Amino acid sequence: MWLLVEQLLNGLQLGFMLFLLSAGLTLVFGVMNLINLAHGSFYMVGAYVAATLSGAGMGYGVALLGALAAAGLCGLLVELIVLRHLYRRDHLDQVLATFGLILFFNEGVRMIWGRQPLFMQTPAWLGGSVELLPGVPYPLYRLAIIGIGLLVALGLYLLIARTRLGMRIRAGASDRQMIAALGVNIRWLYTLVFALGALMAGFAGVIAAPVFAVESGMGESILILTFVVIVIGGIGSVRGALLGALLVGLVDSLGRAYLPRLLGLLSDSEAANALAASLSSMSIYLLMALVLAIRPRGLFPA
Amino acid sequence: MNIGTLLGALAALTLSLGASAAQPVKIGMITTLTTKAGYLGEDIRDGFRLAIEQEGGTLGGVPVELLVEDDGRKPGKGRQIADRFIRKDGVRIMTGIVFSNVALAVAPKVVRQGVFYISPNAGPSKLAGKGCDPNFFNAAWQNDNLHEVMGQYVQDAGYKSAYILAPNYPAGKDALAGFKRYYKGRIVGEVYTKLGQSDYAAELANLRAAKPEAVFFFLPGGMGINFLKQYQQAGLAERIPVFGPAFSFDARILKAVGDAAVGVKNGSQWNWDLDNPANRRFVAAFREKYGRMPTLYASQGYDTARLIGSALKATGGKPEDQDAFRKALEQADFESVRGAFRFNRNHFPIQDLYVREVVKDDDGIRNVTLKKVFSDHGDAYADQCRM
Repeated sequence: MWLLVEQLLNGLQLGFMLFLLSAGLTLVFGVMNLINLAHGSFYMVGAYVAATLSGAGMGYGVALLGALAAAGLCGLLVELIVLRHLYRRDHLDQVLATFGLILFFNEGVRMIWGRQPLFMQTPAWLGGSVELLPGVPYPLYRLAIIGIGLLVALGLYLLIARTRLGMRIRAGASDRQMIAALGVNIRWLYTLVFALGALMAGFAGVIAAPVFAVESGMGESILILTFVVIVIGGIGSVRGALLGALLVGLVDSLGRAYLPRLLGLLSDSEAANALAASLSSMSIYLLMALVLAIRPRGLFPA
Repeated sequence: MNIGTLLGALAALTLSLGASAAQPVKIGMITTLTTKAGYLGEDIRDGFRLAIEQEGGTLGGVPVELLVEDDGRKPGKGRQIADRFIRKDGVRIMTGIVFSNVALAVAPKVVRQGVFYISPNAGPSKLAGKGCDPNFFNAAWQNDNLHEVMGQYVQDAGYKSAYILAPNYPAGKDALAGFKRYYKGRIVGEVYTKLGQSDYAAELANLRAAKPEAVFFFLPGGMGINFLKQYQQAGLAERIPVFGPAFSFDARILKAVGDAAVGVKNGSQWNWDLDNPANRRFVAAFREKYGRMPTLYASQGYDTARLIGSALKATGGKPEDQDAFRKALEQADFESVRGAFRFNRNHFPIQDLYVREVVKDDDGIRNVTLKKVFSDHGDAYADQCRM
């Protein structure tokens, strides 16, 4: 019983982690109609800069700020130098260009930091674990991820629903020409949104650095999940990204936790074991197929 | 014919003779230098180069030229490079491949063309058993070896139950099979995770609930770093001891894992502290030249170079004399940095295998040799080899 609660927590935590990444991605797509495969690169930049600063003896706060600044700056530069020229182009061109950016960032990271994966300590005050459930110590850091995810979701909601900038973002998403005609500098709005997305990806990278391996190419393994999230949630919808992320997190965690056991009940053979391993790897894609079959444009079409 | 032409012809003849004497033997190295796993190939290459440099540009007194190409971990690219090495450069000796899937695409093809392939790493069961070849040698291990040694160790240490994990791909299944070949206790969980997985929270919760006495995992590269960090954060490190093959605990990975790796025991055929003259010389020279600790991959690259050197010496630098060169390789007449080394009938090593423990001391986090578990250990596939 407690195991189920623990696994639910694990699912939520993975979900919020994915939300931090997918919110930026879906925002960029929704507002700018741009497919950005290089989103994971900002995540990687955030993780690398945070690990480097904290490895140099700086506090977690400094590492966080430095990483956010670096990721935001990368986003800004990428938008100004590369993506700005691609808005009117086909999605395929955007995919090609941003795929190129992935290679560029991965190789750049190797040139600056070398092939050696980096190490980042969990901040001391978030280390250790709490006995949340009787007999089950749960890592404090993972609980913190859930909390941070909730805060970011709330902050994003307020930003988009309650501020002038948020209003412009929403307006830009629904009618680009009209908002330009009303005198809003749409170019800068786009740059800002893109940098915001990059910033959030960098933030996710900082959070991930103590838990995951900080290595070149770390963004791509999680980017695939992120795309599943935004497709399920409805491309362009931040609300959809939140719900999609939690769904994917839960299905993935619970699938990995329980499918082998369930199939083991049916038969104890090698084949059941192999099937369980494959099925639990596939579970989120099955979820995606199911959602798309019922709601072809995702849960919250923008 | 007048005297002038004769002299000219003689001069040309001497020139060409001179040129052929100075022509170094070409060694083609196909290895993985890019992608996340690029450091594996880098260490193999650096170890190999160190051996050449120590002998002043020769191996076994024969001048050699090392051609290095990156396969990007792709079997197709490996094949292309091999073709080019053979056709354009006239390479007769090849080495370098890190990954078994690349080795399976390249090695059988090149040995059929009369090239010697000496593997410094990948040792898939297929090439050790039915697919063995007179021109294929492996100077590192058969893939299962480093898992087998942990199976035996966990068995000897008296752990009654084990929870075992590996990625869901062929090498992962081989790894757990290798462990189970020698571990006879109860397996309370056998889990195959997604290749490239980052989050292991669900597996760790199940693991805790299964209450095993020991955990064995094979998760190469970043996956292992993720797993160990999260294992420690989940508070499991103090409760259930972890075991694995050396692949997840080389000097570079230890730096990225930090304290979470301390206390982990892992199986290897080599460690920096093995006490023999060849190893002491190798470790000191490697640290001096490259400014870092060698990994087991570097030791394998170095040994491969010196094995090739021994055969070049015995044949006077003539790999084209295939029978003589093969015989010389089979002798393995070189001082391996891992101590005793000889070839089995399938051209895979018979060697000692050790368990190392990760410790933290004044020199940082590193492996120390704990115990020799197997002496003169071969592999499970040699009997299937007909040659």
